[in-house]
Amino acid sequence: MKAVALRVGDTTLQRRRMATILAELDFRVFMQPAVGGGGSYLTYLLYGLGLTLLLSLSSWILAFAVGSLIGVMRTLRGSVLPRVGACYVEIFRNIPLLVQLFIWYFVLPEIVPFFGAWFKQNLSPEIQQFVSATLCLGFFTGARVSEQVRSGIMSLGRGQYGAGLALGFDTAQVYTLILLPVAYRIIIPTLTSEFLNLIKNTAVASTIGLVELAQRSKNMGEYTSRLYESFIAVTILYAIVNLVVMLISRNLEKATRLPGFVGGKK
Amino acid sequence: MLRTLQITLVAVTAGMILGTILAVCRLSRSRVLSTVAGLYVTCFRSVPLVMVLLWFYLLVPDLVKRIVGNPSLDIRLLSAFVAFSLFEASYYAEIIRAGIQSVSKGQVSAGLALGMTGGETMRLIILPQAFRRMIPLLLTQAIILFQDTSLVYVMGLADFFGVAYNTGDRDGTLVELILFSGAVYLVICFVASTLVRKMQKKIA
Repeated sequence: MKAVALRVGDTTLQRRRMATILAELDFRVFMQPAVGGGGSYLTYLLYGLGLTLLLSLSSWILAFAVGSLIGVMRTLRGSVLPRVGACYVEIFRNIPLLVQLFIWYFVLPEIVPFFGAWFKQNLSPEIQQFVSATLCLGFFTGARVSEQVRSGIMSLGRGQYGAGLALGFDTAQVYTLILLPVAYRIIIPTLTSEFLNLIKNTAVASTIGLVELAQRSKNMGEYTSRLYESFIAVTILYAIVNLVVMLISRNLEKATRLPGFVGGKK
Repeated sequence: MLRTLQITLVAVTAGMILGTILAVCRLSRSRVLSTVAGLYVTCFRSVPLVMVLLWFYLLVPDLVKRIVGNPSLDIRLLSAFVAFSLFEASYYAEIIRAGIQSVSKGQVSAGLALGMTGGETMRLIILPQAFRRMIPLLLTQAIILFQDTSLVYVMGLADFFGVAYNTGDRDGTLVELILFSGAVYLVICFVASTLVRKMQKKIA
């Protein structure tokens, strides 16, 4: 059936139909006032972009903190802490993001006593969605960041650790003053790609009803029946954000470069 | 679960084939081919998977219907296959490109010196070595894809997670079923990634 319907038939007719679809594109739709007030559809989308970026940044702060902590834990001596770290990473890496998000949003408020009920009753749905999405993306990305932090620290070799101890630093000082400052610089490129992944992953938050950029493109398409235009615009917006982040990180990398290390001056 | 596996398998196979073609194009000497492949990879990698799925859920079927001129087609599943394959192809292309570049240049010269054509050198000498090195990475990507298939939720298709969610929603056992499906994914992916790691040790 499908094969019959999809066979390449009258190509000139198909080309003409394609041309009509292209000719029907009308980007003036972005200047129309949006349903529900608050300016045109362009500002409607840009507001969604803002929400996407806000969500990305707040989750990134959490992810960076969690990732550093777990990453350091995995490089420590002893048997308990590294194992706890490894367990964390395995759990958060092996469950799909969508399932994790549903656990944070639907399951946890149900099973956590007291606080769960308070969360459901006293906060507006938007705040609930935002908080759940931030926690979910933060802990999910944290597992990935911790792997990068770990490999950054491992790449420095044990000599630095020993040298720090020999100078009379305690373990915490060795990490905060010697190992981490260099490790972070080394992993800037991989952290950037994790951050880009995080921005893309925020689109998953639309499944719990957060009206961020991807959801807004769909809504705008439904309100105006101009789905093509809104999708094209949003796709381009994501691409621009990606490009900007990449440029920023390249400059950051250059600015923090240390002589003698990979990429730095010899 | 069947649908989850089905999408994973189709996307891995199609993605790998297309990814190889893209990687070879990207490394080819022809300016046009490498630009086109580069553009394709950058485009797909800079857009969220959810967005790609929405494109293929809401727009592409409409486009195909209007071009073919048959409004009664139901190509949701087909569209999901195509979306995942195209999306994964861009990720596989990058892995395969890195793999090809890790094979030393001397091998290419050696192949050409033996009188093989460029295509033969690529097919018979470079790719087999590159693939052997890339197997762990390719499998890891397949595990990630297996997890990502849960996102067909946004297309309204019922994969493993979709069925679990709908059942839970109907019976009022949402909490249990979400946790259950999470546990199933955890076990499958953990076992798979442990196997991949073991294999990596064996190869290295």
